[in-house]
Amino acid sequence: MAIKTEPFVINIGPVHPSTHGVFRMRATLDGEVVIDLELVIGYLHRGIEKLAEGRTYTQNIPFTDRLDYLASMSNNLAYVMAVEKLAGISVPERAEYLRVIMAELQRIASHLIGVGAFLNDCGAFMTPFLYMFREREKILDLFEMVCGQRLTYNYMRIGGVSHDIPEEFLPALDKFVRQMPGFIDEYDQLLAENEILLARAKGVGILPKELAINISASGPVLRGSSVKWDIRKADPYSVYDRFQFDIPIGSVGDCYDRYWVKIQEMRQSVRIIKQAMEQLPSGEVLTEVPHLLHPPVGEVYGHIEAPKGELGFYLVSDNSVAPYRFHVRAPTLINLTALRDMMIGWKVADAIIIFGSIDICLAEVDR
Amino acid sequence: MTVALSAKEIATKLEGQFPGSIIESNQNNLVVKSESLLEVATFLKTTPGLDFDYLTSITAVDYYDYFEVVYHLTSIKHNHSLVVKTRCYDRDNPSVPSVVSLWRGADFQEREIYDLMGISFDGHPNLKRIFLWEGFQGHPLRKDYL
Repeated sequence: MAIKTEPFVINIGPVHPSTHGVFRMRATLDGEVVIDLELVIGYLHRGIEKLAEGRTYTQNIPFTDRLDYLASMSNNLAYVMAVEKLAGISVPERAEYLRVIMAELQRIASHLIGVGAFLNDCGAFMTPFLYMFREREKILDLFEMVCGQRLTYNYMRIGGVSHDIPEEFLPALDKFVRQMPGFIDEYDQLLAENEILLARAKGVGILPKELAINISASGPVLRGSSVKWDIRKADPYSVYDRFQFDIPIGSVGDCYDRYWVKIQEMRQSVRIIKQAMEQLPSGEVLTEVPHLLHPPVGEVYGHIEAPKGELGFYLVSDNSVAPYRFHVRAPTLINLTALRDMMIGWKVADAIIIFGSIDICLAEVDR
Repeated sequence: MTVALSAKEIATKLEGQFPGSIIESNQNNLVVKSESLLEVATFLKTTPGLDFDYLTSITAVDYYDYFEVVYHLTSIKHNHSLVVKTRCYDRDNPSVPSVVSLWRGADFQEREIYDLMGISFDGHPNLKRIFLWEGFQGHPLRKDYL
């Protein structure tokens, strides 16, 4: 006689070390295998879009710091670029270069956390994570030099950046870009061919190319599924068209590809920073912008390639000092749409890795 | 560089294909009647040369007189983009057709609009609140919500 079995529902989260924040996966299991999944989010919803409608354009910059707090510089950049597009403000060239340098440093810092946390989920508890923190610390020191903050920078301004870099910044940055490739080699040595990582991540949680596009995935999730799509190349903003760099893409779209793409992107970011340092012009870093900016009536969608995907701001102006509508196209929320498809059919232990490989930040998912 | 296609030209094309489907259009965007949204979206997605395979973003704006739902479409194949809008005038029961059957990336975004703006999407497979809890009163992103 066969043993009678029935599906079992388990809540992973909202407070669970593998969920990287307050996030709940309501998984239906058949034995150990996930057969259905429901995502429960909103625990960190602060209503930033509504709050922003009651504040001036400049006052909203600190809010963007609090979206994806692991990539505040990128959020600042996306927002101020959208406002500049809306109001027709041009930015001094030196500020554009500084923005690119900061955005690429931020990409490295965010990917370090993403990869570190992913390896944590794989079972390499804390060791790789702390290796990654070692380098991230250096980036935070650089950010502290330019704006005095280590997490919520509020560095970009409408029309440029808040401060020029201090004189000790460039030598420190130079030291960092010379050291960083060596560190990435070190990760490769420790991880790329690591048997445990290969066994746990290769072929797990595959996201096919067509599905990745259909599901509006972006960033390393999309590129891991071998779609060559990077806003920096596809729709160059700021001064990205002046730099040489490649877009790494994965082959099948499994967890390993998403990991691999992040590692390779760090190398490309170092390449971009090197070129930006060589080309860095002198001059002003901030154009004069009215204190209470009121852009003409209209709407704009500005987007950048943030570390975790396409970050867009849709702003509607009614010629007042506050945006009429402030919408954030949050890459990680949309990337999460793919989670159910990736996870079904895998065991709980794999589900944790699949979730980790998307690299999300709940503050941005919930806003 | 992503080319923003002229919405006016696309609107002329659509008007030929689906007479009466376009409310208005300018260089940057076109406004589709909500009843025709699904067939227009299918046309934009499947017509060779347009191939809008990637739905970048959906959002909604409350203009008091009507709600406007804004679709940012991109074609990864041809690297061009288009902004499509639709409106609903009924403030008590606003609804537009869901595009989840075409672009599954719309799933969470439509739920977000339903949650915060109170617009329901016909044909959405799982339309319920996403950020706020079940039983929450009102839709905070509406301009009359205080």
